[in-house]
Amino acid sequence: MSLLEFLQTYGSLIVSGTWVTVIQFLLAVVVAILAALTAGLGKLSKNVLIRGVAITYIEIFRGTSLLVQLFWLFYVLPLFGITLDKFTAGFLSVGLNIGSYGAEIVRGSIQAVPRGQYEAAYALSMSPARRMRRIILPQALVLMLPPWGNLLIELLKGTALVALISVADLMFQTRQINASTFLSAQAFGTALIIYYILARFLITPFMRWLERVMARRLGRA
Amino acid sequence: MRFDWDWEFTFEILPRLLAATVNTLIAAGLGYAIAVVLGLVFALAQRTPVRSLTFTVREVVEFIRSTPLVLQIFFVFYVGPQFGVRLSPWTAGMIAIGLHYSAYLSEVYRGGIEAVPKGQWEACRALNMSTRDTYLRIVIPQALPPSIAGMGNYLVGIFKDTPMLSVIGVAELLHTANAIGSENYRFLEPYTLVGIIFLAISLPAAGFVRLFEARVRRKLGL
Amino acid sequence: MDLSDYPLELPEGDRPMVRFMNVTKRYGTLTVLDRLDLDVAEGEMVTVIGPSGSGKTTVLRMLMTLETINGGVIYVDGKPLTHMEKGGKLVPANERYLRKARSSIGMCFQHFNLFPHMTALQNCMEGPVQVLGMSKSEARARSEELLEMVGMIDKKDQHPSRLSGGQQQRVAIARALAMRPKVMLFDEVTSALDPEVIGEVTNVIRQLVAEHNLTMLMVTHQMGFARDISDRICFFYQGKIEEEGPPEQLFETPQKERTQQFLSAVKDAG
Repeated sequence: MSLLEFLQTYGSLIVSGTWVTVIQFLLAVVVAILAALTAGLGKLSKNVLIRGVAITYIEIFRGTSLLVQLFWLFYVLPLFGITLDKFTAGFLSVGLNIGSYGAEIVRGSIQAVPRGQYEAAYALSMSPARRMRRIILPQALVLMLPPWGNLLIELLKGTALVALISVADLMFQTRQINASTFLSAQAFGTALIIYYILARFLITPFMRWLERVMARRLGRA
Repeated sequence: MRFDWDWEFTFEILPRLLAATVNTLIAAGLGYAIAVVLGLVFALAQRTPVRSLTFTVREVVEFIRSTPLVLQIFFVFYVGPQFGVRLSPWTAGMIAIGLHYSAYLSEVYRGGIEAVPKGQWEACRALNMSTRDTYLRIVIPQALPPSIAGMGNYLVGIFKDTPMLSVIGVAELLHTANAIGSENYRFLEPYTLVGIIFLAISLPAAGFVRLFEARVRRKLGL
Repeated sequence: MDLSDYPLELPEGDRPMVRFMNVTKRYGTLTVLDRLDLDVAEGEMVTVIGPSGSGKTTVLRMLMTLETINGGVIYVDGKPLTHMEKGGKLVPANERYLRKARSSIGMCFQHFNLFPHMTALQNCMEGPVQVLGMSKSEARARSEELLEMVGMIDKKDQHPSRLSGGQQQRVAIARALAMRPKVMLFDEVTSALDPEVIGEVTNVIRQLVAEHNLTMLMVTHQMGFARDISDRICFFYQGKIEEEGPPEQLFETPQKERTQQFLSAVKDAG
């Protein structure tokens, strides 16, 4: 079967799988950003309890495997009375996993904002919250965007694992097609190319564009 | 709430999980060995004056880095038989994970080599050293210390990615935990233990990488 | 001039140690050296001075083959350095030929470029052992002798990061000399140094001039030093030699207006 015939026959399955992958990706991005900001700021907190919680989250999610986290959230969490459907368990674990890496980026870039900026905001008697929101975070944001670009590619790749708890994403559909047709090269090859296009021609250009916009807003372009 | 940790069950399954941990470590070690060597080949290939080779390798590295490892594992495992090449799960897994991480390691090497000041290359030329000696004796020793942090992180990374090998039936930790879980209809203990084992290895490993980096720097007088 | 117009070898009796013949160097549209002719005789010490961007460093870097050549030929000891013979005429040299040809040239850099992961002694031994294939004991003896000469023997087991700029530059001179070059190049070797340690480096070079019959080519901003030790001064301006002559003549009675302007500007600044 030629690749064209293959795509004609299985195209709709692949498109629907890609669509689920994109939704999983977007939801996981939201989770990852929220988790990263919360934990990144939490790790900088003066409150020992908050700092402890943030560090525990970061170390547990960075120290174990995404796949183990996914299985744990899906199969073990119900034992604690929290039952997640597979779709939610999917993007939640991917988001929390990537968020733990993102937290370190958030912390690092906040600390990279020059000390003088804190002091200037302090001298204007800004409240700590306002200082962070108005002065520090906007500058930190520009610093953290490039590493986030790489992290979002990792996140996209991470979403492929949700197929293993039967979320019907691109990976899942590809495996189904492979199992019923044994056209492995066509099935897995097509999926590889789609992931590559999503990463290289959508996510990367979007992040570059965002970097330019943010730099301009800070008057650095 | 059905949360009841069974200690007896825990101790019953622990030996099996620890045995599987050995497999996980072997898989990580073998995959990493492939990645360390192949990554260097990728990095050096991108420094040759042959434009087409440089461009091709660059694109291949980008492709490998931008697509999911689990998909690559399936690809290597299933595509072979379609063309009459049958690979065992272990072989396919090691090829896929080794190839995946070699793309990352080539970027680490590349960064390290590019960080060596231009003056060092010029001094080698002024001393009339060969290209081989320039790399082996001057550039690589200096490219190494800044690469160690990255290399160490990817060693820990490859270790954490080994559970993906379970999808093609490599009997590593997660695969074993899956088996235990479905035999006993209990997932709490096996999955939690797997998480703890991963933490118990990767956290100290990350600390060790930092210590090792500092030591190499001192040893080279940098 | 076509490449076939250049001699394959300079004739007996007209063999300076270094000859630049019609040498041109361009970076894109910018011409850094414009059909330069320059001879340096055996044992001669020539200093190149001039404003920044005049191409003076490029002269040394081309002689060390760190830069490619866009036109003309450089000869060392009568033989072409940048070109090799093929079918009875000159063609641009390949890497193998260059390696052999440049072995008679040594260079010291503005930023020393010592190997940071090696001690002072190891830096000096690296070339003799790896390139010349000398035994370690012989290379050690030679290196220690040179480190003694530059006054760095008591620091021979230190890494460069533990040495001051002046000390590093003295080790770099010893390292270059350990290769027994016929021509030594000094590229602004005092420019990156603190004022108080410049003397320790210039003294080493003075000693070299006084005691050894080395051919030397130097780029420097130290006018007094250049005047003291040079046999000849070349003033570079916009990729050409504007004026050249013995130090007294060039510094006392410069003929060209640009030379006068440059020297008075330097005097005002100094």
